[in-house]
Amino acid sequence: MSRVWIIKSILLLIIITLMIIAGAQLYEHRHFKLPIVAGQGVTKVAKLSDYAEGVKETVADTNVFYLEGKEKGGKMFIMANTHSNEPAAILTALIFVENALVDKGTLIIIPEFNNSAGRNTRPGDGYPLYYEIPTEWGSKKFRMGNRDASPLDQWPDPDVYVHYPDKQLLSFLDVRNTNRTWPGRPNGPLMERVTYGAMQIMREMEVDIAIDIHGAETMFPVTNCIVAPEKSMRIATMTSLTVKAREKFDNHVEPSPSGFRGLSHREIGDYSDTLPFLLEAPLPFLDQPTGPKTVKLLLDGKDPFLLSLSKKRKLFVPYDETGWPMEKRVGQHCSVILEIIRQFSRKFPERAVELRNVPRYADVVKNGVGHYYHDPDKVDKAVVHFN
Amino acid sequence: MPLIMILYYIICAYIAGMLVWNFIREKKSVNDMLLYLLVMIPLVLRILRVK
Repeated sequence: MSRVWIIKSILLLIIITLMIIAGAQLYEHRHFKLPIVAGQGVTKVAKLSDYAEGVKETVADTNVFYLEGKEKGGKMFIMANTHSNEPAAILTALIFVENALVDKGTLIIIPEFNNSAGRNTRPGDGYPLYYEIPTEWGSKKFRMGNRDASPLDQWPDPDVYVHYPDKQLLSFLDVRNTNRTWPGRPNGPLMERVTYGAMQIMREMEVDIAIDIHGAETMFPVTNCIVAPEKSMRIATMTSLTVKAREKFDNHVEPSPSGFRGLSHREIGDYSDTLPFLLEAPLPFLDQPTGPKTVKLLLDGKDPFLLSLSKKRKLFVPYDETGWPMEKRVGQHCSVILEIIRQFSRKFPERAVELRNVPRYADVVKNGVGHYYHDPDKVDKAVVHFN
Repeated sequence: MPLIMILYYIICAYIAGMLVWNFIREKKSVNDMLLYLLVMIPLVLRILRVK
């Protein structure tokens, strides 16, 4: 063998080894299945493809949990992981799925709304592939996803995303962002089919309230808030005032801009009778000027650079040495959702939703998020659903 | 899989093939050899539907 071919063989071997090591981790991440324990309140588990044929047998298909009360009432729809790199959303949704008991009305929950994004990652930004939530029976492992769906599932991206049906020009990336593809269409790009499926749930089930759970940077003004269009504004405002007075945390109200299309809090309201709300909790992990993007930062939200910026008043939320721990973020989401339900039920008693066994802010901060999860190895396998 | 995605996989495989061809033909520059292999990584991972 000539010298050139010896060098080529060595180089090839190194590259193939690196590719196998990295590729195996990425492959495992994409195929990791998250066990979700359906609590006593869950009466039915459907698939999104039951409402949108276009997502059938694709990675985008996802579980839809129904919690139906014995008494008829209103209907509420919760979506989490629209952006799969905002984990307080799925953690909140699972607290509802595993614990909520509905007495009146119906609760519909999609814990992993953008299932493809949940299997995507951002290696260039040094994202961890997984994070673990400590529980009393060990720890529960979650995939850390990305904001946008994986290009393995929807590719290529256009130069510019032309929103349907408003034809507004959006960033090319937003064609894979399920908070830009509302209201969707049955035969559009995969992510438009996902949002179309959710719209069909809302139209067919005559859903009264839709809540889309998110997280946002501390340096971004639309954070720690409820985003609501005109039709949801009264309930959002009452919710904000009530949690501030009773539970002592801020969650201001941001109006949904009518000129910015594709967002859940805009299109759900415009294309159905449902009242949409989008919840944002601060997520320091997403801020750009932080230290390494570690699991610790993701969970405790403590960062010295953000602390320094906070002292210079550059952040839009209060920030001190305690950071923004996951318990606070998930607790806020739980309380705000429960308060939206209460305010809606007061205003429309004939469409009231009544549920119990869901912790509020102070409970989650005190007990931790993992306290509310059940061990999937110690329950009947029939109630464990994988996402 | 939609037609446009299939076309992009074909383009991907074509570019990867060209890189392999250039890698084989390169006789002098070790830098270039390494460069061809590095550029090939995302293409191979995409064709194998890993990333």
